[in-house]
Amino acid sequence: MPCDRCGERPAAVHLTQIVHGQVTKQHLCDTCANAAGIQTDAVPGQYPLVDFLSTLGGVGGALPSRTDEEGACVCGATLVDFRETGRLGCAACYDTFSASLRTLLRRIHGASQHMGRLYTAPGAPNTPTDEALRALREQLRHAIEAEDFERAAQLRDSIRGAE
Amino acid sequence: MSFDLNLLPDGGLSWLDASGPDSSIVLSTRIRLARNVAGHVFTSRGDRDTLEDVYRMVHEAATDAVLPQAVTYRLDQMRGVDRQVLHERHLVSRELAGLDRQGGARTAAALLTDGAMGIMVNEEDHLRLQGLQSGFQLERLYGRLATLDGALGERIPFAFHSEFGYLTACPTNAGTGLRASVLIHLPGLVLTKEINKVLQGLAQVGLTFRGLYGEGSEVLGNFFQLSNQTTLGKSEAELLDHLGRMVRMVLAHEHQAREVMERSAPAVVADRVWRAYGILRHARTLSFEETMNFLSGVRLGVGLNLISGVSVYTLNRLLVYTQPGHLAHAAGIAVTDPELAVHRATLVRTMLDDDATRPPGATRGAEAP
Repeated sequence: MPCDRCGERPAAVHLTQIVHGQVTKQHLCDTCANAAGIQTDAVPGQYPLVDFLSTLGGVGGALPSRTDEEGACVCGATLVDFRETGRLGCAACYDTFSASLRTLLRRIHGASQHMGRLYTAPGAPNTPTDEALRALREQLRHAIEAEDFERAAQLRDSIRGAE
Repeated sequence: MSFDLNLLPDGGLSWLDASGPDSSIVLSTRIRLARNVAGHVFTSRGDRDTLEDVYRMVHEAATDAVLPQAVTYRLDQMRGVDRQVLHERHLVSRELAGLDRQGGARTAAALLTDGAMGIMVNEEDHLRLQGLQSGFQLERLYGRLATLDGALGERIPFAFHSEFGYLTACPTNAGTGLRASVLIHLPGLVLTKEINKVLQGLAQVGLTFRGLYGEGSEVLGNFFQLSNQTTLGKSEAELLDHLGRMVRMVLAHEHQAREVMERSAPAVVADRVWRAYGILRHARTLSFEETMNFLSGVRLGVGLNLISGVSVYTLNRLLVYTQPGHLAHAAGIAVTDPELAVHRATLVRTMLDDDATRPPGATRGAEAP
């Protein structure tokens, strides 16, 4: 099929556009497509999140260039790595990049505070770690904000028990 | 390493037995929990030693007390076709099976008990605990998984954060690390063209849908996997409850759509169902895609009581056994061999004939390969 514009080179880009409910189809060669400002070399990301992240980067959103400020994590990962792969390097990344991640998590999940199961790592039986206790207090605060008083009462009891 | 699925009491296929609630429409319920081992870099950054170390810890903890009966499959020591069979049985993810990876799977393993419970080691996260059961039963399955999670967490230190919860390689899984999905057959909504409205509605309430094989897979045979989109900011119970309520709503819509079809176009529906059945009973070559679509038609016919002499169990097994990896494995040919279409048609004919000629009330015949 020849290109709709130049009529010479073979069409390599097949563009379907829907504008105000009107469907238009164009078949263009690479040269004409480039001239028309259609990006043809955009390879879809392997992970949907990567596309999501690059969109955010594009509008100056959730992942500003904080790399200078936040540097690299102990595992060697940087925010640039994360933006490229959609994967963090290790658990410590969550602390290293906490400011950026908090914003991102809120966009993805609508919240950044874990409200689920609490966990105490082995080695400290029956005494919740500071981490778990902090999580309980945070969950209590959110439960009160959400006026979920039944849950708040349960959490208050758990905190008292833990302390 | 030898690859023997017979080491699993059910061949890893009990989720297909159509014994669960609503199992004519809901094929299976799957829940997975993502966990990482504290003090170890995540899988994608880990070198071979790190991954081996994680594997050793999980294997020790699991076989010691948590899942003593578990059979271990080391993906990095298996042939490609065997890894594909595990994936086609929904026992390991595509990523763990390394099907898209040059040079095969990374240092990874699956510890499986039967179709219902397993641990994937060194997937995107160090541990992916997964439960798989027939029909629609979120709460019961989560209960079993939570017990497994608790027992493992007492033996292996998981990465956990007071604010962000369980830490995962991808922030889309952080918090509870819980993804629950219900594999559901919706031909009524597809044929009445209501499906897009329903799927859009689900997206608005924070649910997502995928094809038969999870992320990135296309919708085949009118099977949709409905699952929760978010994992953080809600408790496990809330996430499951929300998904459960929405699935029940979709089920109601599907029943409604089937009633409308039966009432307004009974001949069209019956024709579709019987044509599908006729082709499956007699065709000499079948592609995987058309098999899925015709099986969907027959399944609808069974659901509407138009066809007797075919069990949902047989239809479920056909979904699995007609896949390329299974056929290639059974016939000892390559997954790309064009003869696969012939083997597929033969298997479908044999299994449907078995069902059709079995006297009513007789027990199930011998397992297919």
